[in-house]
Amino acid sequence: MSETTAGVVFIAAMIAALAASYKPLGDYMYRVVTREHHRKVERGVYRLIGARPGTEQNWVGYARSVLAFSAVSIAVLYLFQRVQGSLPFGNGFAGVEPGLAWNTAVSFTTNTNWQAYSGEATMGVFVQAAGLAVQNFVSAAVGIAVAVVLVRGFARKATDKLGNFWVDLTRITLWVLLPISFVAAIVLVAGGAIQNLTDFTSATTSTGDTQTITGGLVAGQEAIKNLGTNGGGYYNANAAHPFENPTTWTNFVIIYLLLVIPFSLPRTFGRLVGQNRQGYAIAAVMGIIALVSVSLVVGFESFANGTVPQAVTAAMEGKEVRFGVPDSGLFAAATTLTSTGSVNSFHDSYTSFGGGVLILNMMLGEVAPGGVGAGLYGMLVLATITVFIAGLMVGRTPEYLGKKIGAREIKLASLYFLVTPALLLSGVAASLALPVNLDSMQDPGPHGFSEMLYAFASASNNNGSAFGGFGANTPWFNTALGLCMLFGRFLPIILVLALAGSLAKQKPVPATAGTFPTHKPLFVGMVVGVTVILVALTFLPVLALGPLADGLQ
Amino acid sequence: MARLPRWISQHLAALRALLVLTAVTGILYPLAVLAAAQLPGLNDRADGSLVYAEDGAVVGSSLLGQSFTDDEGEALLAYFQSRPSMAAGEAGDYDPLVSGASNLGPENVVDVLPDPGLGWDGDENAAKSLLTQVCERSFAVGEREGVDGSRPYCADSGESAVGAVLGVFYSEGTTGEVVRAVSLNEACGAVEAPFIAEYEGVQVECAEYGEDYAKALITPVEGGSGEPAVPADAVTASGSGLDPHISPEYADLQVERIAAERGADAGAIESLVEEHTTGRFLGFMGEPAVNVVELNLALDEAYPLA
Repeated sequence: MSETTAGVVFIAAMIAALAASYKPLGDYMYRVVTREHHRKVERGVYRLIGARPGTEQNWVGYARSVLAFSAVSIAVLYLFQRVQGSLPFGNGFAGVEPGLAWNTAVSFTTNTNWQAYSGEATMGVFVQAAGLAVQNFVSAAVGIAVAVVLVRGFARKATDKLGNFWVDLTRITLWVLLPISFVAAIVLVAGGAIQNLTDFTSATTSTGDTQTITGGLVAGQEAIKNLGTNGGGYYNANAAHPFENPTTWTNFVIIYLLLVIPFSLPRTFGRLVGQNRQGYAIAAVMGIIALVSVSLVVGFESFANGTVPQAVTAAMEGKEVRFGVPDSGLFAAATTLTSTGSVNSFHDSYTSFGGGVLILNMMLGEVAPGGVGAGLYGMLVLATITVFIAGLMVGRTPEYLGKKIGAREIKLASLYFLVTPALLLSGVAASLALPVNLDSMQDPGPHGFSEMLYAFASASNNNGSAFGGFGANTPWFNTALGLCMLFGRFLPIILVLALAGSLAKQKPVPATAGTFPTHKPLFVGMVVGVTVILVALTFLPVLALGPLADGLQ
Repeated sequence: MARLPRWISQHLAALRALLVLTAVTGILYPLAVLAAAQLPGLNDRADGSLVYAEDGAVVGSSLLGQSFTDDEGEALLAYFQSRPSMAAGEAGDYDPLVSGASNLGPENVVDVLPDPGLGWDGDENAAKSLLTQVCERSFAVGEREGVDGSRPYCADSGESAVGAVLGVFYSEGTTGEVVRAVSLNEACGAVEAPFIAEYEGVQVECAEYGEDYAKALITPVEGGSGEPAVPADAVTASGSGLDPHISPEYADLQVERIAAERGADAGAIESLVEEHTTGRFLGFMGEPAVNVVELNLALDEAYPLA
């Protein structure tokens, strides 16, 4: 079998695995977030938290809880890093300096996992497991909870009650993220991912050299960092590191993990609004965009365009032999189509166009399928904009799932869409205005610009991957990228919750002959079109300066 | 207790929630995975797939690549060579404390030449482009294995190969007649003559240290060479810097040298390589790969060095 054929089969197997999980996982998550009865262990948690599970919150209350929880998370994670030197299991590492600690605390709380540090040289076991990995769980749970609230907004009638944040957070963590992560972690250990409390093992190689072999609680973190679309590597080399992703099949498992929840949530959405076909339509939009993007990345990498790839005769710089080019390309596309940002190969060395598609994936707002929860709410906002545009075409008040998309709703949706481009483009522009920031670009010419563009696309969309040659650990970039991550996460969340509030208040309007059906191929095509056109109009000029100029030299 | 203001009670609830979830996901969860990983069959892997010598000393991990070079970084000819590594720490390449990649881009083709007084090793600002690194490695491997090391876009007119890249000046900036051409990676003094004498009728100059060629159009020259004899993985660094594998093609290329160095039969070495080659899992996952660490250990066992 040729490398390309094997790659195509790999992608087909991945699609089959995801399709097989769509119903069972989507239905399971539906039951987790709708179950009336509170289990004993849940009640125990609520008592410890001091939450009243019976009271539901309106959107303002829910938003307040989300923000309070995230603010506390940032503060505690910052503190852990700063005092790491005096904590047990610090592995002898000193406290992290303030700018980097702030950047990292924001990064993990916002589900971004941008890493301006190298894991094996900065963070001890305690900060990794009890700090960073905890945020891998809870920031993912926050994302899913917010998506569920938006869906409740569509599903509920004439109410301001949208659920209880503490209940959603607890249940999603305990019953969705924990069990899947546990099983996945064991599977990864079986492949060779490590899970131990050894500091370092010193090996004397057959040629008499010394090699210091690292230890750590890697497998557990590897599972949740991908399942929760977080992406922060235990090691600098992330999932290219043999201790994180040892074999060709763990590579398959990891890609599956990072796609499975985002691709199954449309099913949960369909169940919650009582029309499974609506879920299929949203999943179809995500699937179409994802498939085109994956084909482009794998295609560009396999063609190996560009001077160095042609000299090498393959785009192998920054890629592992065991994975090969196509499987690395799928990983790269999947990690940027979701908000994951873990990598099994280094994007900076990708072909100009291959790397350009990765940047574009993030610019799409990570909706195909997007981060856990964030992908679904992003896609539902785009669907809302689509019914509005369709409504303009025929001159009717647009409605989606029985809810009128009026002035308030469309304002919130538009603001949601504008947040990340505003952050991304003004971040890049402001950075370029300061000459000292040019030193952070490793490569000369347009590729250096692509590195900076990638950094802001990644931070604003909470992805976390990087063109790794970019020197991001400077006061300016730690601060600017930190702000992009913060606003790129929480402004959209507030807008989505507000949208949910305003939708839930409405009484549904009955569907008539004039209602635009939102489960048919026409609608699917229109959402794809709206997504691509909006994003292309926003970002084409800046892409022309970076990856396009780089590839067309 | 008096009622606290709402914003304080909110944050207290949040703090309590975080602490509870930290206990569950940050402490219980990793320890549960750790406990499960102690099961027989899993524990060796959870500990890092360590490989032991007969006396019980750790000689490495079968998952982490190693470099088989001497103190100067020169290849030890009796061992299969690993891929180039960017994980260069205090202990040399393949240092797990500094895993990582070059992160150099696909159009990184122009060297920053060193001050001639200081040389490559002495001048901190000097940097070899990715293209030049690829060309250097290719010719070095070619020489070591007795095959042609040439590849597209590589020039070997100097002491070591460099990227074949011209800086071309045009009469109208980026268009018009060629008025000047400089071989950007070949420093005057380091080469007798640039890799091509003429470009579009203009004589090609060598590159002068310190001169600004920013206005020139960077023009890589492909040159005429067929399919390179040195495989792709032998001239590129992996993403982790710890890749334990090489391609079967690169292993095959090394068989004859190993056989000669060890006084063994090439066929026997070949079958040893095959034993340490993993195919695609289920026939379609990943690429066939040869584990260099395990292969070299098996080599030492079967054909010990005197």
